[in-house]
Amino acid sequence: MSFKRFWALFACRNLEFVRDRSSLSWNLLFPLSLIAGFAFAFSGPGLTLYKVGVLGTADASTTGEFFQTRYIRFLPVVDLPSALTKVERHQLDMVIDTARGRYWVNEESPQGYVLDRVLRSASTDPAVFSKQTVNGRLIRYVDWVLPGVLAMNMMFSCLFGVGYVIVRYRKNGTLKRLRATPLTPLEFLSAQLASRLWLILGSTVLVFAGTHWVIRFPMHGSYLNLFIVFALGATSLMSLGLLVAARTTSEEFAAGLLNVMSWPMTFLSGVWFSLEGVHPFLQKAAQLAPLTHIIDAARAVMLDGAGFAEISGHLLALAAMSAIAMGLGVWLFRWD
Amino acid sequence: MTALLEACRLVKHFRGVKAVDGLDLAIPTGCCFGLLGPNGAGKTTTVELLEGIQEPTRGVIRYRGERLGARFRQDIGIMFQSTALQDFITVRENLRMFGSLYRHTLPVEQLIEDCALGGFIDRDSRKLSGGQRQRLLLAIALVNDPELIFLDEPTTGLDPQARRNFWELVQRIKARGKTLLLTTHYMEEAYHLCDEVAIMDHGRIIAQGTPRELLAAHFDDVVLQLPQADFSNPPLSPALTVIRNRDSVEILTRDVNAAIEELLAHHISLRRLQIRPRTLEDLFLELTGRELRT
Repeated sequence: MSFKRFWALFACRNLEFVRDRSSLSWNLLFPLSLIAGFAFAFSGPGLTLYKVGVLGTADASTTGEFFQTRYIRFLPVVDLPSALTKVERHQLDMVIDTARGRYWVNEESPQGYVLDRVLRSASTDPAVFSKQTVNGRLIRYVDWVLPGVLAMNMMFSCLFGVGYVIVRYRKNGTLKRLRATPLTPLEFLSAQLASRLWLILGSTVLVFAGTHWVIRFPMHGSYLNLFIVFALGATSLMSLGLLVAARTTSEEFAAGLLNVMSWPMTFLSGVWFSLEGVHPFLQKAAQLAPLTHIIDAARAVMLDGAGFAEISGHLLALAAMSAIAMGLGVWLFRWD
Repeated sequence: MTALLEACRLVKHFRGVKAVDGLDLAIPTGCCFGLLGPNGAGKTTTVELLEGIQEPTRGVIRYRGERLGARFRQDIGIMFQSTALQDFITVRENLRMFGSLYRHTLPVEQLIEDCALGGFIDRDSRKLSGGQRQRLLLAIALVNDPELIFLDEPTTGLDPQARRNFWELVQRIKARGKTLLLTTHYMEEAYHLCDEVAIMDHGRIIAQGTPRELLAAHFDDVVLQLPQADFSNPPLSPALTVIRNRDSVEILTRDVNAAIEELLAHHISLRRLQIRPRTLEDLFLELTGRELRT
């Protein structure tokens, strides 16, 4: 491994990325526009699907038609403190304790407000239920969704920025030209990954700062821990991109494979909505996706102030996924 | 002269197709060696095997008497027929980047001068003309001051001026004692630049030698060329071979005087007659046939 050769490729790839204005703008503006769009969309009414945690049994004598309301999903809960945390985090819109006549909503949640009104109008005697407020840190939906949007943007940039670019290099003959030099596959691939890593982290920091300036989201944990989550997360996603690009020669096929990876990951990892209540198989499958661990760890750091020890399980999973995908990618890599 | 690069009983199969079929080759130090052949003859595969880009199915390639290894990569320069460079990178940055990949390199200023890159050195490499791009690719091939340089159809698509200019650059490289392996479809180019040529077909070398030796060995006649319109198809003697092309007729003869007398006897106008010696292109067509290869 020659550092001189690694650095030459690294610097060249950086120049290529920075000078490609359209790609650079896309990488910065896409997440900002998503955040702005969601901040706007979720500031008013609009959702028709609600999740209510039920402690005890549904009792029609007190709640009337509430439990028959359409578009509400009732999920049994057994542990009140953890259910209340989910209300704080917008994972549940309401928790109702039928036995003791109490219910909790998040004051920041438009869904909670609607459910509050629905419960009061449906119950036989509104006085039976007393409204409670959750005690933890209240967050807006946009605060909850932001770590996911940052991670999702990173995912597309990692998968396509490494996978698609390497396939393009192979198809247009760039790899063939480099192969004719003393450059080794390890030097080439590590330069590609290192270049994309720092560019992604740099753009993520910019987007993070810009978004914070606009919507003032909470950041309760350590910036260093969050940086580690994103750095390790980006590495794991780039390794997946490398695996796809190891032998693929068609850009169309590579794009298809990358889409097959990215879209299920987007839906399963809880970027936009909580996986609370989805089939247990899907919840388990989500644990195989790096994006799930990135989002869970980033939310834990940003919203709950989780420390290194608390996110170490996610970091370990990301490190293992990186090692496996990168090892396979380097092993399978062909210049032609 | 000792062989700088040699191939011994080289074979390459692709899914049942024998692209290279037991090829032996030796390129002496300081020689400009031309590898010629029609499309599908196995020329590109042979060159890629010699460049170390592909692995042979059987056979051995030796550089300075040793199998291809790390030293070979440091010692060679390759100008591929079609190469993409990284986007948004200038000519100078490309030279620096490729230079960084080698232990020993020529100064960028020397490459600029040698390959006449001065007029566009800070231009994005995507915005170069065909001739400028070929000169940049040649400069990249020379960046490590290689002992052995592979030039794969380097002037394809260039206008006559750019081609002549490129030939001058290659002549200068030759003058420094470098060894070159050139593939081309232009026989004039091979004749002009190569000390030795090998003509390939069906994965084998079918003729090899200096251009003069090959022409002397295969031809002892000259070509009388007339426009088709001037040739009334008279009954000529068997000593004259007639080749009909689309717009012209070529008459092959060992005795020009006798041929002219015969044509005059048939009242054929010689006003537009051209007499030329046999060329490498004639030899190429004679050995590989005149049918279009698919």
